Amino acid sequence: MTLADTLRTSFKTVVSYRVRSLLIILAMALGVAAVVVLTALGDGARNYVINQFSSIGTNLLVVLPGRAETSGSFLGAVLGQTPRDLTLKDAQLLGRLPQVRRYAPLNVGAAELSAANRLREVTVLGSNADLIPIRHMKLAQGGFLAHGTERNAQIVLGAKIANEFFPRSQAIGQRVRLGDSRFMVSGVLAAQGESMGFNTDEIVIIPIDYAQAMFNTTSLFRILIEAKSHNDIEPAKQAILATLKQSHDGEEDITVITQDAILSTFDRILHTMTLAVAGIAAISLIVAGILVMNVMLVAVNQRTAEIGLLKAIGATSSDIRRLFFAEAVWLSFAGAILGFLLGQFGNLMLRLAFPQLPAWAPVWASIAGILVALITGIVACLWPASQAARLDAVKALSKR
Amino acid sequence: MIRLSAITRTFHMGDQTVYALNGINLHIASGEYVSIMGPSGSGKSTLLNIIGLLDQPDSGRYELDGRLITDLSETEQAQIRREKIGFVFQSFHLIPRLTAAENIELPLILNGMPQEQRQIRVNDALQAFELKQRASHRPAELSGGQRQRVAIARATIMQPSVILADEPTGNLDHQIGAEVMALLENLHHTGTTLIVVTHDRELGARAHRQIAMRDGKILTDQADDAG
Repeated sequence: MTLADTLRTSFKTVVSYRVRSLLIILAMALGVAAVVVLTALGDGARNYVINQFSSIGTNLLVVLPGRAETSGSFLGAVLGQTPRDLTLKDAQLLGRLPQVRRYAPLNVGAAELSAANRLREVTVLGSNADLIPIRHMKLAQGGFLAHGTERNAQIVLGAKIANEFFPRSQAIGQRVRLGDSRFMVSGVLAAQGESMGFNTDEIVIIPIDYAQAMFNTTSLFRILIEAKSHNDIEPAKQAILATLKQSHDGEEDITVITQDAILSTFDRILHTMTLAVAGIAAISLIVAGILVMNVMLVAVNQRTAEIGLLKAIGATSSDIRRLFFAEAVWLSFAGAILGFLLGQFGNLMLRLAFPQLPAWAPVWASIAGILVALITGIVACLWPASQAARLDAVKALSKR
Repeated sequence: MIRLSAITRTFHMGDQTVYALNGINLHIASGEYVSIMGPSGSGKSTLLNIIGLLDQPDSGRYELDGRLITDLSETEQAQIRREKIGFVFQSFHLIPRLTAAENIELPLILNGMPQEQRQIRVNDALQAFELKQRASHRPAELSGGQRQRVAIARATIMQPSVILADEPTGNLDHQIGAEVMALLENLHHTGTTLIVVTHDRELGARAHRQIAMRDGKILTDQADDAG
């Protein structure tokens, strides 16, 4: 029996047991679709997080006061148990490093903003003009603490704040009171919404000197550094550590976090999660494989007389084994392809429903899903097929 | 040419050993028309199955066309079944999901014949057995006589040298049965060896050589002068 005839004959068999075949194909397809959709979700989440992280800046390094003994736990730093503060002078030193394109010192606090008979509590950032390019923020109008004018009492309002205080009038040029000081609005941030748990629409930004004066401190909360290129990130980190160690009397009491390190950590975690989810989905493929085995065993039993007949008209055991085998291949193949298409359709629906989520199944997952479906289907058929091939012709023929 | 020497076939029922065939010696020349008769359990079907290579004897020698069969591998035996032997069964054994034409085509597919040649052969067979109108019907849509004609067409499509028929008219009424027998006898007239197993005396009497069996042994072996 030729291969083409084996495939054609078994294909006819698959088609003639329509309901049975459809059910197995569906079971197989759901398994493959689960792999395709779940990995798309996992990988989509990974890409989403990476995009979000990338959107907060490029080649970004964050310098915080305090020393983390191990790279993973900078809890002490966050809680502010610092032996020595970061100062504006430190920030300026870092700004002169050859690997650094620009820097922005940062202070954070809260104060009451009042203008046009309105009053509210706002989050206040103190920084310089480079904060905008470093953090990839955009201005809707006006300018931002132009270079060399840090000493001017300028303020930039978040989009929502500007809208709340000056709903009908131009915000630029308006005078506002923040805490005890008076500022002139020089710019309004473009609405960006929340990014990494920080809503830039509800903040105001003032020059760092004013912020330090207002909060009565000489220390900095952070220094944001943008390295000149991706390759400069690691040298910049070393240079920063060395520079500040020198200026802090030989004590290494700061922590430098690179955006890269955070990114790759998230990347690893989410990639592992995607793998885990794919593994869980693959279990449903194994279940489908057992279903194929059961159905093929029933088929062997049902077609006993037919197998006897085939032997009587000269089929060899391997002909019969191949026929059942080919049948399982058709079923698994159809299930795998249908499942792949179903999964792709599901991913399309996901992308339409959640435009922010890039729900594309990774190529490896699609290929693995299809392969696992084919392999389980084929492995599941080995035993029933050999049962069929081993049937005793005389006994098989006498069965009605 | 079929030559059986001291063929024994036993079955085990519980701790009892039953001789289905007990030392059968039989020689059937090419082109003979033989009937094998006997009550049920006499071993006549077992004999037919052994001649048709569906069953293996426990001991004894079997030669078919000068070739010792008993030592052949399973695959070689399948090839001999395919090329030299045609089976006709009481219950037709057609594959229900295949059409008449596809059922007839099966042995050719198993033999690996290219599709165009198969088409020609199947068409000829459909013509010869007056099944042209029924070519694309499934067995369920055919009468008993038509089904057996399909089965005979399938048994003869490879132009075998031996046709083995096990109660070929058992499921048919008298008249249709006679038509089917006429078809089989026609094959015999073209030189094919025809062996019919039956418990119907009238049917058995049509053969030129009649073998009667009982308890796994050949009781009588008579040949008509006409044979």
